[in-house]
Amino acid sequence: MPSIPERRSGEPMTDPLLSVRNLSVAFHQGADTTLAVDGVSFDIRPGEVLALVGESGSGKSVTANSILKLLPYPSASHPSGEILFEGRDLLKASEPELRRVRGNDVTMIFQEPMTSLNPLHAIEKQIGEILQLHQGITGQAARIRILELLNQVGIREPEKRLKAYPHELSGGQRQRMMIAMALANRPKLLIADEPTTALDVTVQAQILDLLRGLKGEHGMSMLFITHDLGIVRKFADRVCVMTKGKIVETGAVEDVFANPQHTYTRHLLASEPRGEPPQTDPSKPVVMEGKDIRVWFPIKAGLLRKVVDHVKAVDGVDLTLRAGETLGVVGESGSGKTTLGLALARLISSQGRIVFIGNQIDQFSFKEMRPFRDRLQVVFQDPYGSLSPRMSVGDIIAEGLKVHERALSADERDERVAWALTEVGLDPATRWRYPHEFSGGQRQRIAIARAMVLKPRFVMLDEPTSALDMTVQAQVVDLLRDLQKKHDLAYLFISHDLKVVKALANHVIVMRLGKVVEAGPSERIFRAPKEDYTRALMAAAFNLEAVETGAVSQ
Amino acid sequence: MEASAVATTPVAPPRKRPFLSPTNKRRLANFRANKRGFWSFWIFMVLFVLSLLAEFIANDRPIIASYKDEILYPVFIDYPEEKFGGFLATTDYRSDYIQQEIEANGWMIWPPIRYSYQTVNSNIPHSAPTKPFWLMEKGDRCKAYPQGDQDPNCTLGNLNWLGTDDQARDVTARMIYGFRISVLFGLALTICSAIVGVAAGAVQGYFGGWTDLLMQRFIEIWSAMPVLYILLIIASILPPGFFILLGILLLFSWVSLVGVVRAEFLRARNFEYVRAARALGVGNWTIMYRHLLPNAMVATLTFLPFILSGSIATLTSLDFLGFGLPPGSPSLGEMISQGKNNLQAPWLGFTAFFTMSIMLSLLIFIGEAVRDAFDPRKTFG
Repeated sequence: MPSIPERRSGEPMTDPLLSVRNLSVAFHQGADTTLAVDGVSFDIRPGEVLALVGESGSGKSVTANSILKLLPYPSASHPSGEILFEGRDLLKASEPELRRVRGNDVTMIFQEPMTSLNPLHAIEKQIGEILQLHQGITGQAARIRILELLNQVGIREPEKRLKAYPHELSGGQRQRMMIAMALANRPKLLIADEPTTALDVTVQAQILDLLRGLKGEHGMSMLFITHDLGIVRKFADRVCVMTKGKIVETGAVEDVFANPQHTYTRHLLASEPRGEPPQTDPSKPVVMEGKDIRVWFPIKAGLLRKVVDHVKAVDGVDLTLRAGETLGVVGESGSGKTTLGLALARLISSQGRIVFIGNQIDQFSFKEMRPFRDRLQVVFQDPYGSLSPRMSVGDIIAEGLKVHERALSADERDERVAWALTEVGLDPATRWRYPHEFSGGQRQRIAIARAMVLKPRFVMLDEPTSALDMTVQAQVVDLLRDLQKKHDLAYLFISHDLKVVKALANHVIVMRLGKVVEAGPSERIFRAPKEDYTRALMAAAFNLEAVETGAVSQ
Repeated sequence: MEASAVATTPVAPPRKRPFLSPTNKRRLANFRANKRGFWSFWIFMVLFVLSLLAEFIANDRPIIASYKDEILYPVFIDYPEEKFGGFLATTDYRSDYIQQEIEANGWMIWPPIRYSYQTVNSNIPHSAPTKPFWLMEKGDRCKAYPQGDQDPNCTLGNLNWLGTDDQARDVTARMIYGFRISVLFGLALTICSAIVGVAAGAVQGYFGGWTDLLMQRFIEIWSAMPVLYILLIIASILPPGFFILLGILLLFSWVSLVGVVRAEFLRARNFEYVRAARALGVGNWTIMYRHLLPNAMVATLTFLPFILSGSIATLTSLDFLGFGLPPGSPSLGEMISQGKNNLQAPWLGFTAFFTMSIMLSLLIFIGEAVRDAFDPRKTFG
């Protein structure tokens, strides 16, 4: 970019750009005070990428938000610490001073690109606003600068995109817009708060590529917040490991990964999902069989609402699943994996033959399906959303028993609930508590217990690990494998996380736009993928590399 | 079965679940923290309970009497007058003859106010409406009694604390009974409209599609009806009364809750725990009742105090127009219309005005406190 002046050339490399000293953040609710961040210190030098790694609740986002004082004051406060940006303490800065820093010297990109953009303004207006605020550029000059920025973040045909609204863009494009906005004023420091967590693996690889390129071009510093160690290893210069509000280890990335000092860092590094799926046994009975499954949503138009076209969410998928085996369904978001799962579980209507333990169930009504529901269970993605907050854990697990095993007395039901809780590794005494008292991993165990209590044959697992922290993911994967071995369960495992699929699945279906791109034994697919698209997915997931191919969308 | 074999692991003794879930505890604490709403609630409850006991506070018959060594309960039982040597079907305990007869053969305990809402004070000093006693000269207050100031009936309970209306009925007694009937009518109408409204909204929101579309259109047409004219027409055909009025108003008032409940059900029917329940094979009605209704209850409960005050205001305005409760009923609307017709007797208008405004303000304060207590984002210091 010729228009970028060399603003930082005169600064000596040793002076940190941002220096956080002994920062603490406390939250007050009523009489309760919780310390979210406890005496955190770190430096970011010019041109450096510092990664802040930790699990959810470790205080990494709160730390990042306090740099620009974006926390909900006064319910949040800083009992101690200072944040020196180019020698100025931002914590003591007045609101007008802070406003000059925000979006100008220090900018932020957030995790959720959909909610960080105003849905009512076109792209041009949103980026133009920042230019006008901090640099006073308007009109034609602003438009030229906006096009320049859009080119820079890799938006194809930016002229056509100027008038687009956020909902017309894909998740990756939205995140590119956010980055364009963040770069608009050539910041010295970019704070990226989990910028790729909400994105597909292929898009994540592209965004990381983009950020790496921009860093090299501009020499800007970056504070990169993530829970994904793979990204840290690929991307950061130095890393701070946070847990429970404290930084437990700081160092150069190579040192920390090669020689972790703190037990928590070692625990984190060791927590990738491991293990192998159980042996494939072709003599086992077929539990679930699908032939040419189609889920088409009609698009209606005109006065008479005539069906003019269909959205082909699932378009002709065949599958066979035997007892004790796992079928992994992978693909990007929007590829129809969840829809396929819901169709097999008969939670949405579909065409095509579905045979479940010898019964053709695809034409059954909801009532006719009910006798099969105990053997056909579902575990959903979000353990926070899938448990009713108003019911105790015991009631949640017992709900299915009340429908399918009415003959049980209250005591027998209670015994079964206790059994299911032990089965998933929870203390049966916890069944009197409410879901909000449990962590994400424990909640997912409860959701699994709800399925297990009915002794299912087939369980559809819809991204059961993607809302969980890395260490918890590994535990849930182990639990699922143990349960499968013990009860000879058939799993339909839907996930975009190829690492987890690799640890669980016997067979894999790769889906794209409702169609099967590639299918086969997982060992073969992971070792030697045939299709371009599968290869791109693998490269993005295992090496965080964006592959230049037409197979992957932006 | 395999389960029974495994389940022999010792099961911890069932810990009794707490009476209130933590969320409800926080809500209660929030409600308490809102001092204005909290005190309004208690003041309203005290007034309401007192008005429920109106027969013991303002009545034209004694609470307990002893006559010829027999304990009588005139509040509960209608004794014929022949028991005391008279000839009427029901005893007029206010008449001098009966009073002397009972006093001579026993005793009686009167409520603090010796008038019921229909009792006519036959001893008013001048033509009705009469002033509150404390606005009159001391000598004038009892001048219509046979013995004037010295009359045994010239007691505080027989004086009209807030004056009388144009038919010489005690305003205090009418106010107490009027408050009670207003609140009871409001509560009945609110509960009935809540039941109908929640059921209608639930069905619409849960099933969606055509059910929703048809019912929405129906509600739009229904709520566009000129309620007042329909009321006038029905009131001219059917005899006015508490339950007929309740029924007519219910026809139109249930609509107000439908929107909120429908929105809540539309939102919540796609929650994952609802989908999870469906995947377990739980039936529609159970899902609606167990999983969705609790969500909608917050919105409903938030609305109820406001619907209650709206119902009370509706009843009062109908009474004011003369299409409300049958003539003679103690109603605040009727008192307002009397105040309008008797501007020389401002105690009528003032009493009705203060009763209405205090009652409605208390309800609104309670409503605000309830609304804020249910608001998860609101915290009190």
